[in-house]
This record gives sequence, structure tokens and C-alpha cells, in this order.
Amino acid sequence: MSDKTITLSLMDPPYDSETTTTALRIAEAALDKGISVNVFAYEGAVMLTMKAQQAHPNPVKGTTVEDQQHPTTSGFVGALFEKAAGDVQFQWINCGLCVDERGAADWIDGPKRGGPGDFYKWTQESTNTLVIGTR
Amino acid sequence: MGKYLLIESRDPYEYGDPNYFYELARDLADRGNEVAFFLIQNGVFPARGGAKPDKIGELRQAAPRVRILADEFSLRERGISRDATAPGVEVTEIGALVDLLVEDGRKAVWH
Amino acid sequence: MPKILSVVEHAYAGTLEEQDDTVLWITHMIKNAGAEMSALLRGNATNYAVRGQDASGLRFGAAGLAVPPTIDKDIEALVGKGVTVYAVREDMEQRGIKPGDLVAGVTPVGKTDIARLFDESDMVWHW
Repeated sequence: MSDKTITLSLMDPPYDSETTTTALRIAEAALDKGISVNVFAYEGAVMLTMKAQQAHPNPVKGTTVEDQQHPTTSGFVGALFEKAAGDVQFQWINCGLCVDERGAADWIDGPKRGGPGDFYKWTQESTNTLVIGTR
Repeated sequence: MGKYLLIESRDPYEYGDPNYFYELARDLADRGNEVAFFLIQNGVFPARGGAKPDKIGELRQAAPRVRILADEFSLRERGISRDATAPGVEVTEIGALVDLLVEDGRKAVWH
Repeated sequence: MPKILSVVEHAYAGTLEEQDDTVLWITHMIKNAGAEMSALLRGNATNYAVRGQDASGLRFGAAGLAVPPTIDKDIEALVGKGVTVYAVREDMEQRGIKPGDLVAGVTPVGKTDIARLFDESDMVWHW
């Protein structure tokens, strides 16, 4: 296990707020520094890892799916799981009740189902915790 | 005293609410805390030189010991070049936020 | 055990379909998990402490909201669990909220007390 870990808590759904990208940037930078990262996805953030997300073309720009290369948040999260290696861990928990009410249970490989108790446990074990609220 | 990383992601010119966070930075510094005030996302708008009111100037005057940083990516995304930032703003990479986040004893608060 | 301050500031976002405020809810859950929690209501979330909030009667065709949120009672429940619930006086005054409007057990604080509350906490979760 790396000797430092940060825990992030997110709430925003995909494609709605810049906080998603910022949180992933923080995670990426932390992993680059050998710092393990835990993410607790609460409320709309549980939709960030949905497997059914798809890229699409852009009719305003006249691009095809291939041209546009529209990212998916689940793709970005999946890439962070792949990036983490050795002692440097990337863990993601989707809050179960939030998943149920959104029908967001079919997610990519990597995330686990959990709840506030898991988030609290992580906060006790981490070097620091950053709660990123929603607007 | 303590150490804080206050991360302001919101534009004070859009909603009045971020003014509270600027006042908090001042109040925490007045209590002897070491405060790093990190502007990110739309929170970087006051960092553009010439922004009115001058939130950065006001904070520097009220609390000269507060360290004011701004995320390079958020600035660039908004077309604000390093040369165009207000005096007293340290333009920095996201890695600097992570370094502050993992410093012993630093409380991290996002707004 | 670390002292955690949960700051709630954006009210009535999804509270109807969630049947509660999700930040007050997670604060209560983490208190149940054994944490030492306090809560600070600021901005329009100070209205959460007002007695008599009524969101009943919502209906869409044949689908009704059978169990509406009762956020004032959720605040009382938090207080009853031993969570100190603070509310910022100036934010209440801005919104015309008088001390007599509040549920029992809420502790009004001034804006200038917020820094002290932060200093007295080991972690501040600003939702």
C-alpha cells in the first residue's frame, strides 16, 4: 500500500458540472505521485460509471462518432482503474441506495457497491478527505 | 495554529455566495491559521487582471498572509493567460493542490 | 475520535423525490456509524430549521408523493441523536427567519463564528 491515500466524495452526475473532470484530474495527479485514491460516489455521481454510456456524433459540427471521439465518464474512470498499479490503489464505491433509485447498477469493472459507512471508514484511514458537494 | 486548503470553484460574480468563502479565508487567517486559497473552475474569474470588484486585491489587503493560487488548466480553459492574471495570484498545476491536500494537518474544504 | 463538521448550504435540491435532504441524511448515517458529528446550516439551508415545512399533496397524474419530506423533523432527529446543529444568524435574518420560527435545539451562530467552528473540528465536509 502506498503511504498516502486521499478520499474524494462526489455528488454530481455526468456531463453536468466541471467538478467531475476536476475530481478525475485530482485523482490522476495523485496516482502520478504514488498516492492511492478512494472515490465515494454519492447521489448523481453513481452514474459516472454506468456501462451503457455511449459516444455519439455531433450534428452541429457534422462529425461522425469516430471523428468526434466523445468521451464517456465511465471510460475516464475505467482508465484510472487501469492506471493504478502495484501498491498505488484506485478504489471506487457507488452508494447503493443512490444506485437503486437511479437504476444505475450496471457499471464498468472496478467500482463496488457500498454506503456511507464505507465512506466514513475510508476517511478514518486516509491521509486526507475532500468532500466535493454539488450546486 | 492550523493549516487550511480552501478550494473555491465558484464565480463570485455569478452568485454572491462565494463572498462568504473569501471572508472565511480572511477570518481563518486572522485566527492565526495558515491558509492556501486555491481558485479552480469558474472560481478563477477574479484572477483575471482587471476583474471588478477586485476580489483578489480585497483579499490580499484584508489578509496578506493568505496564499492565493489558481489552477493553470482552469485559467487556460477560460482564455486567461498567465500574463493576464492579477498580482498576487500563483498560477499552478493541479499537482500543487494534491501536494497541499496530503500535507500533515491541513484541513481541505471545497466550495 | 475526530470531530467532523458537515456544512449544508444548498437547500431543497432533490428533496421532494429523495424525501429528505441528502446531506442531512448522510450526516445522520455517519453519526449512526459512530462519528462525532456536528452540522452547520448556512445560506438558504438555514431554512431547514424552520418549523412547519409542508411539502404534501404533490401529484403527477395518478402518481403522488405519498411520503413527502419533513425536513424540520429531520433536523429535530439529528439534534435528538446528539448532533449539534448550528445555523448562521445573518443568513436567517436575510431570509426573514425569526428565532421563534425554529425547531427546538438549533444553535444560532454569527457569521464570524464559522472560522471558530472550523478550527474546533478535525474535518470539515462542505457539501
